[in-house]
Amino acid sequence: MAGLMAGFGHYTHAVVRGIPASLAKEALRTSQAEVDLTGARTEHDAYVEVLRTKLGLEVVELPADESLPDCVFVEDAAVVCGETALITRPGAESRRRETEVMKEALKDLNLNIVEMTDENATLDGGDVLFTGREFFVGLSKRTNQRGAEILADAFKDYAVSTVPVLEGLHLKSFCSMGGPGLIIIGSSEPAQKALKIMQQMSDHRYDKLTVPDDIAANCIYMNLPDKGHVLLHCTAEEFPESVKVFEKLKDHMLIPVSNLEKVKVDGALTCCSVLINKKANI
Amino acid sequence: MTTEAGSETEVKEKAEETSAQPDQSETAEQEGQEVANVEGEEKEKGKEKEKEGKEGKGITRYLPTWFKKQKSQSQTSPTKEVPPAGEPVCKATEGEEEPAPEVNGHAEEVEEKEEVKSEEAKEATAAESDSTASAETEPAREEKVEDATAKSEEKTKEAAEAEGAEEEQKEKEPQGHVEAEADGGESQTSIFQSPLRLVRKNKMKVVVCRVTLLDGTDFTCEVEKRAKGQYLFFKVCEHLNLLEKDYFGLTYKDSHDEKCWLDPTKEIKRQIRSNNWHFAFSVKFYPPDPSQLTEDITRYLLCLQLREDVSSGRLPCSFVTHALLGSYTLQAEFGDYEPDQPRPLDFISQLTFAPNQNKEMEEKILELHKSHRGMTPAQADIQFLENAKKLSMYGVDLHHAKDSEGVDIMLGVCANGLLVYKDRLRINRFAWPKILKISYKRNNFYIKIRPGETEQFESTVGFKLQNHRSAKKLWKVCVENHSFFRLNAPEAPTKARFLTLGSKFRYSGRTQAQTRLASSLIDRPAPSFERTSSKRISRSLDGAPVISITEAGSETAENGRDPHLELHSDSKSPLRVHGDNIYVRHSNLMLEDLDKTQDEVLKHQASISQLKRSFMEAPPPSPPQPNQWEKRLTSSPATTIRVQQQQVVCAPQTEAASADYTSSDTKEPAKTPEVEIEETVVIQEVSRAVKPGLVPVTADSPATPPAEPEPKPQDQTEMVEEEAAAVEEVKPVKPERASSESESEEEAEYQPNVAASISQTKIPEEKEEEEEQMTKEEERQQVSPPVVPAPPVEASEPAEELSQEEEEAKKEDTSVVEEKKDDQEEKESGRETEESTDDPMVTPEEAPEGLILPDETLVAKPTEEQERPKMNGEASLVEVDPRLQVICCSEPPVVKTEMVTISDTFAAQKTEIATKEVPIVHTETKTITYEAAQLDGNGDGEPGVLMTAQTITSESLCTTTTTHITKTLKGGLSETRIEKRIVITGDCDIDHDQALAQAIKEAKEQHPDMSVTRVVVHKETELAEEEED
Repeated sequence: MAGLMAGFGHYTHAVVRGIPASLAKEALRTSQAEVDLTGARTEHDAYVEVLRTKLGLEVVELPADESLPDCVFVEDAAVVCGETALITRPGAESRRRETEVMKEALKDLNLNIVEMTDENATLDGGDVLFTGREFFVGLSKRTNQRGAEILADAFKDYAVSTVPVLEGLHLKSFCSMGGPGLIIIGSSEPAQKALKIMQQMSDHRYDKLTVPDDIAANCIYMNLPDKGHVLLHCTAEEFPESVKVFEKLKDHMLIPVSNLEKVKVDGALTCCSVLINKKANI
Repeated sequence: MTTEAGSETEVKEKAEETSAQPDQSETAEQEGQEVANVEGEEKEKGKEKEKEGKEGKGITRYLPTWFKKQKSQSQTSPTKEVPPAGEPVCKATEGEEEPAPEVNGHAEEVEEKEEVKSEEAKEATAAESDSTASAETEPAREEKVEDATAKSEEKTKEAAEAEGAEEEQKEKEPQGHVEAEADGGESQTSIFQSPLRLVRKNKMKVVVCRVTLLDGTDFTCEVEKRAKGQYLFFKVCEHLNLLEKDYFGLTYKDSHDEKCWLDPTKEIKRQIRSNNWHFAFSVKFYPPDPSQLTEDITRYLLCLQLREDVSSGRLPCSFVTHALLGSYTLQAEFGDYEPDQPRPLDFISQLTFAPNQNKEMEEKILELHKSHRGMTPAQADIQFLENAKKLSMYGVDLHHAKDSEGVDIMLGVCANGLLVYKDRLRINRFAWPKILKISYKRNNFYIKIRPGETEQFESTVGFKLQNHRSAKKLWKVCVENHSFFRLNAPEAPTKARFLTLGSKFRYSGRTQAQTRLASSLIDRPAPSFERTSSKRISRSLDGAPVISITEAGSETAENGRDPHLELHSDSKSPLRVHGDNIYVRHSNLMLEDLDKTQDEVLKHQASISQLKRSFMEAPPPSPPQPNQWEKRLTSSPATTIRVQQQQVVCAPQTEAASADYTSSDTKEPAKTPEVEIEETVVIQEVSRAVKPGLVPVTADSPATPPAEPEPKPQDQTEMVEEEAAAVEEVKPVKPERASSESESEEEAEYQPNVAASISQTKIPEEKEEEEEQMTKEEERQQVSPPVVPAPPVEASEPAEELSQEEEEAKKEDTSVVEEKKDDQEEKESGRETEESTDDPMVTPEEAPEGLILPDETLVAKPTEEQERPKMNGEASLVEVDPRLQVICCSEPPVVKTEMVTISDTFAAQKTEIATKEVPIVHTETKTITYEAAQLDGNGDGEPGVLMTAQTITSESLCTTTTTHITKTLKGGLSETRIEKRIVITGDCDIDHDQALAQAIKEAKEQHPDMSVTRVVVHKETELAEEEED
């Protein structure tokens, strides 16, 4: 039976989007780095390939939009939990239209669509950490209280706690789920602080896996029927020390995914896909 | 007995009573007297109707201010102050809000009736008896005193009127004795056994109660007018055939139409305050894991409650969850889906599943229902509960409040602790283990938080409730939830606390741990019961205030699950109330900023809110962590259930520990929680009128308790131990009873886990993070040194413990009266009556310890002292006693304390300002111990036999003296120890040294034959000049 919180990490579909050429120059970024467009596209293709071939998800690929340089980071445009999809109102003005295509795609997947129409609300999906039992919403430059409230309204079954994000772009810029009840967290002070707040706010207990590099803490966890625990994480080339930590996860199928280029425009692993479980219900 | 109040009418009444029951003249007389007392009180109250709230239930002698009041304004005879021995207790007039348990004699009554009724129920009662019994003894004693106090009790006009009405009734109807019977309960037990009781019974005045059950039906039954809540509750449970009843309770609507829990230990009549004998049976404690309930019938009832919660919107859930829960409801109530059913949708739409149910949902429900084919009703209920329990608002009791900035928030009390919500968002959480104390005062509600690993100080977070009633209600709910879910056993009211003040309210039922154990012993065939089709039409009573988080901000409709939410519900505008303050105070010290101007205060407030910082960074306390995979296992419900059930059977203790099925927080073992109460009767208008902008923010100084290492007395040494503690005091406000609305003010504290807080320095609660833990410990040690003031050599282990305890006690007891801003602080003798300051609290705590002192001794005449140290003495400390040598004079550690208020982690983290920079109030605490040298090396190993122990409290204007006399006998020698604790309170002008000197001098004069062996001075002052900004 498919009760609440059943099957955390179980996904059947993934929505991704192509990389527009404009990403190289126009995508928002916190650092001044040169993005190798080709490299980024290669990386992204590999990423999608892992989802499709290696993990067997049904991948919905949305076309890139040159007028939306950041559109590859689909995570920010929607939060999907169970059968409900919340179409966000991204904090960056230039990204607002990214949601349009996303909404249509999710509609086509028969999800219940909730839209964030409140003009005062902003929410980036990258600030939303769903643990399987509850939501943590980072209040960041991109996400505000009102956005979090709307998320809470959209997913009434779950507690929604707010966590201040003082450094880094998003909440998930330094953390992600590594399994049921396991939070992967960066070792920086802001990250650790955020973790403590999350632990304090929660009625549930979480284990933590601390990795030396904040950005390496952004991983994709899945629990797939024939594969068990799956973790997509950074490559040893990028963060050798962090990878050593992941290697301690004996029960996980570990899949290193390169993210050298996208990270230059603040794109982490989770940013590039929206994962959906279409069999959530009976 | 204390009969001075017997006026003529009363005497008549008494005569009437006596004649009515000539067969029981003895008891009747007592009753008569009691009635007389009551009447006397009533009369008095009538007289002073305009000033007091009836709940000033203090125990006079423990509440010095009261005492004073009595002296000055009422004609209480001094005899009352003497604790009588074993008499039945008079009914103390208590308001509905008065939590004082009127337990005395009641258990018998109930039991007796149960006996007549049914064996099952009786059994239940018996099972309950442990708690009841314990609740019985101590209050009995206290109430005696109480009735003395009652006269000076303050009463609201309404209250007085209500009483008056009752009184009238009583007089008109010869059944007055019914009430008396309840009063005399204890001593009349034997009477109950006699045939006469039948006669009596016939004469009893009975009332018909209507109880709305969870399935929406009404149950009516007759109860005696004087019956206690328990009685009715048992009758209902009996009717329902419910054994696991501890999760449930009865509610009634108070005069403000708010839903309140009926206190089982108190008379119904006194709680409902109206003639509306209508109640609702409801779930009071939502079991975190319903699968652990033993009986299906219990689960069924829980389901009924949850269905109501869900359909009314109190328990918000998503569309999918609504549908799923609805489908289980259908399965449970109607069995398998019947394809033949002509128009299922019509039928289903008559049922309410969700606040805004629509066709789409109904279709979904039906669709899911089909999939449950073959599931038994009990299984369907279990599935229902398994899903419902995971909802984030499951079992969360919401209360409207405002935070320190006046922003509307909701406080949710649940099994795990206290949750803070703003709109729908959880902005903070205080797990029970994090909370050191819960208190309320007027419409403020406070929790004292255990310091986080990076903090040195305990902090107190304050919230403002709508009014005093709601603050008290919230407090009670917290006390009960904490007790139920977190303790192994309810706190025993019998704890030798001589000087308990204020509300004695505490949870009187079984805790979850106990009820689980009891449930595991249930041995009866599963009772058959009928699952009726609950219509779940909102019931008049139960559908009480549906508080949903969305409402917090504004009255926007609570948006349902509809996937296409209207999110415009502008719950944004957080109605700020200007001038509303949140009072945060530290209970350790009474600190008020007397010198600050309003502006300064306002500035402070601003800075506080700005400087909020995370004081709760620590992860939730948890026991040694299993590795993540183990953990995953244990948190899977299946495993948990299995494990815990085993525990239920064999190890009640450990079972308790696993009570929180999700969080494996360790329960505090063998806690000795103390409920401490301070009561102040203040007219509310006053407090309202008070300063808009006052921020009495105080912080604990963890340092310098009045450490009193136990001096080990030499053989027959007699000694007088003096202690003077000077506490900065804040003045009572002059009450002005303006309108009938004024209600008596009250405040209370509840200290969930004393043990834990005491051992703070030793027990790091976060076991997970070893590194940090170390640091924390170190930090704490830094903090704590002053706690143990370099004690004289002879201080033995226990002594240290004691001193720690004392420290704790002191911390807890002292409190602040916020009114200080008022310029009415000058005590005006005429006005003193209505205000009781809290400072005397310091005193009471000490006494119990004295009791336990294993002192050896010789009998000396019981020296009782009631002394009132004058402030004008001139002796200096050193010259006080030539024999007195200074053994130890601890460096007066100056602790600058500070306060951090945080109700929201966001704000908390945002401001990264070190605590040090947030000094709000500076205080200075000093402890100086003088000890006579002769005591050295007195290894008084064998505990003596305690012969007598007695405590006397007296007070004068600014001092409170508690004298504790113990006489112990050991090895043929007896020793009398007199411990005096003098609390001097006042504003800065008081010359503490002088006062102390005077006190010592007086003690010497009074007991020339005794020697002063030790003097401990504990001084807490506010450093007023520190205010920067």
